[in-house]
Amino acid sequence: MSDFTSGFWSWFIIVVTLGSIAYCAWLLLVTSQAKVKAEAAAAATGQAGKGVGTTGHVWDGDLAEYNNPLPRWWMWLFWITIVFSLIYLVLYPGLGTVPGVLGWTSTGAYARDRADAEAKVKPLYDKYLAMDLKQVAADPAARGMGERLFLNNCAQCHGSDAGGSRGFPNLRDKDWLYGGEPEVIRDSITNGRMGVMPPLGAALGDEGVKDVVAYVRSLSGLPHDGLKAQLGKPMFMQNCAACHGPEGKGTQALGAPNLTDAIWLYDSSDATIAEGINKGRHIGMDPAHPPMPAHKDMLAPGKIQVLAAYVWGLSNEPAPKK
Amino acid sequence: MSSTNRIIPIEPAPPAADAGGDVGLFEIRQKIYPRAVSGRFAQWRWALVIATQVIFYGGPWLAWNDRQAILLDIAARKFYIFGLVFWPQDVIYLTVLLILSALTLFLVTAVAGRVWCGFACPQTVYTEIFLWIERRIEGDRPARMRLDRAPMSAEKIGKKAAKHGAWIALSLWTGITFVGYFTPFRPLLAAIPGALSGSETFWILFYGFATYGNAGWMREQVCKYMCPYARFQSVMFDRDTLVITYDGARGEPRGPRSRKADVAASGLGHCVDCGICVQVCPTGIDIRKGLQYECIGCTACIDGCNQVMDKMGYPRGLIRYATQAALAKGYGAKTVLQRMFRVRTIVYLVLLGGITTAAAVSLALKNPLKVDVIRDRGVLARETAPGIVENVYRLQIMNTDERPHQFTISASGVPGLKVVGVEVPVALAGATARLVPLRLQVAVDADAAGATKPGDRRSGRASDKIEITVQAVDDPNIVRREQSSFLFPL
Repeated sequence: MSDFTSGFWSWFIIVVTLGSIAYCAWLLLVTSQAKVKAEAAAAATGQAGKGVGTTGHVWDGDLAEYNNPLPRWWMWLFWITIVFSLIYLVLYPGLGTVPGVLGWTSTGAYARDRADAEAKVKPLYDKYLAMDLKQVAADPAARGMGERLFLNNCAQCHGSDAGGSRGFPNLRDKDWLYGGEPEVIRDSITNGRMGVMPPLGAALGDEGVKDVVAYVRSLSGLPHDGLKAQLGKPMFMQNCAACHGPEGKGTQALGAPNLTDAIWLYDSSDATIAEGINKGRHIGMDPAHPPMPAHKDMLAPGKIQVLAAYVWGLSNEPAPKK
Repeated sequence: MSSTNRIIPIEPAPPAADAGGDVGLFEIRQKIYPRAVSGRFAQWRWALVIATQVIFYGGPWLAWNDRQAILLDIAARKFYIFGLVFWPQDVIYLTVLLILSALTLFLVTAVAGRVWCGFACPQTVYTEIFLWIERRIEGDRPARMRLDRAPMSAEKIGKKAAKHGAWIALSLWTGITFVGYFTPFRPLLAAIPGALSGSETFWILFYGFATYGNAGWMREQVCKYMCPYARFQSVMFDRDTLVITYDGARGEPRGPRSRKADVAASGLGHCVDCGICVQVCPTGIDIRKGLQYECIGCTACIDGCNQVMDKMGYPRGLIRYATQAALAKGYGAKTVLQRMFRVRTIVYLVLLGGITTAAAVSLALKNPLKVDVIRDRGVLARETAPGIVENVYRLQIMNTDERPHQFTISASGVPGLKVVGVEVPVALAGATARLVPLRLQVAVDADAAGATKPGDRRSGRASDKIEITVQAVDDPNIVRREQSSFLFPL
């Protein structure tokens, strides 16, 4: 449990701690029985019978320092702290690696707090888990929860408005890489997504890549070189249609995007499309392309349910509740 | 015993030194039995005891705006003080309160010494209340001393039990009232004792125990050994500070004498050495020795001595409020009053007045709307359609007013800047905060050459400063303008 490099350190702590406490106790014992001669000091200030007068030192001619006794309850307070510390060290971890009798750990305390917090919100999430996702999307309270959960967990990549960014899909449109049904969205959140586009630069060659790029741009009606596009079409059918489909409409089972629409995960420039074909897109295996993480170990099922409904609700009008 | 010349016996306090003339480093405390006193100052003190306690015990019962008037809701991070709601962002007012308290302390102490200690400090107030209970149950000073010296008996146990029982009951009620300032009071009362939460139980017992311990047992030990006020009084006083002093010039040489005797002829001063000033003192000092740090300024010795002066037919004021300068140089009341306005006190007064005014004005003009603009960093700039650039923000809108409001959101700073994707006006309930994702959009000039890369089509700027305005629909005066920036993709 501890990070000590050897068992020596635990003993070191035990010895120093108990030794310090013992020293404090000895010091208290000695000082509580100590006496100071009253007469000499009192005589110096003419306060015979009052008790201890000054310490006897005189500075600057007449500056003296009283040596008044401390109240006895201070001593009792010190004793109480010593007794308290010994009891504490028995009950709680403090003596090196010795776990306390109560078995307290900070991770245990955290786990208890977390369990308490989750128990508090469980009824709320259970209610939504029992509902159909489209019904959850129609619930205004669930939408509010979904927005706050989204801002906390998803907005770092997908943007606060869920509009996405370069390399991170826009969740507000109706274009879905893996499918836009609420259950599929929930699956994306739960298990994550790791799409892979293999690199085809070697297979096509530089000129071939330029031709395929022109053809791909022609699929979505962007300005392109017509001759190159014609040359690129058979190469597309041979290399790309397997995933992207013969018409380039994409395959949701593979996460291969639809190339015929105006929505681009990166951008539609020649250079960017060429880069994708040359090097491929290794979502998740390339540090430049982080994956959609699997949230099943990070978020409770109830939260994923509310989130999935929220995301679906961004691009769909939920049917009004009866 | 002659009625004209009563000698009041002084109970000597056992000396701290033992038979050998040695003194331990820790001295055993001698219990102090303050004698009851009545007089003008005692009446003032009791008036303040009642006033402070009516405010303290009565506070949690007050209501305002359908909620408790004074509620320091730490868990929800809101302090309610009548109509004002303080959010964590308002902690500057707490700073101001502390500064004002410090300046008031300096001013009052410079003018009138330790009036706080003697009249308003909770330690004194609760000790007075507990002493009053003790007097009612155990009797006056001689009776209390007798009871403590007496062996155990049914009567002694009964009286002690009754006294401590009353003390504990009052302490518990004090603890409950104190906790009632931090958690709603009426639900707290309803929850006693079974439904109290762990922390509520702990704090009630903690403050109850602190009250019982400090007012029942510790008493002057707090003033003498724990409180810093006693220790730095010497830097806050000067020779024109009103302190409780014994007029030695008038009183010495002290000594008992017959009431009928001619004072002037006898060569004695007015002090009859009755010792009442020592008996009534709650910290057990002899004020005739002069200004001491233990003196809490409770004025019991003034009242006690005045009573004796009345009986002896001498003028009052042998122990009185006077300044050291007045005693040394014989100033009259008028001069003492004039010297109250000296550089030190005027500086304190001016600072106090200035800061109070500034704080009051600031509170009166407080804008209930707070807005924070947080730019999205993952999405710096986004081109949604050719020529349309978007930036994404989060607005933290905080409506600190207890009434709900609706807010419009607008933005300016880039020509053609539009707010999109937010349903305006945004509604916020009273005393709530809301995170609103915001999108600002602007159309960008197309490059004449029609470059193929969308990013080329920008007007040449990389970023612009913009201003986001949030304004309440029902009250245009509730408005916030926050700066941010709008970025264009490279």
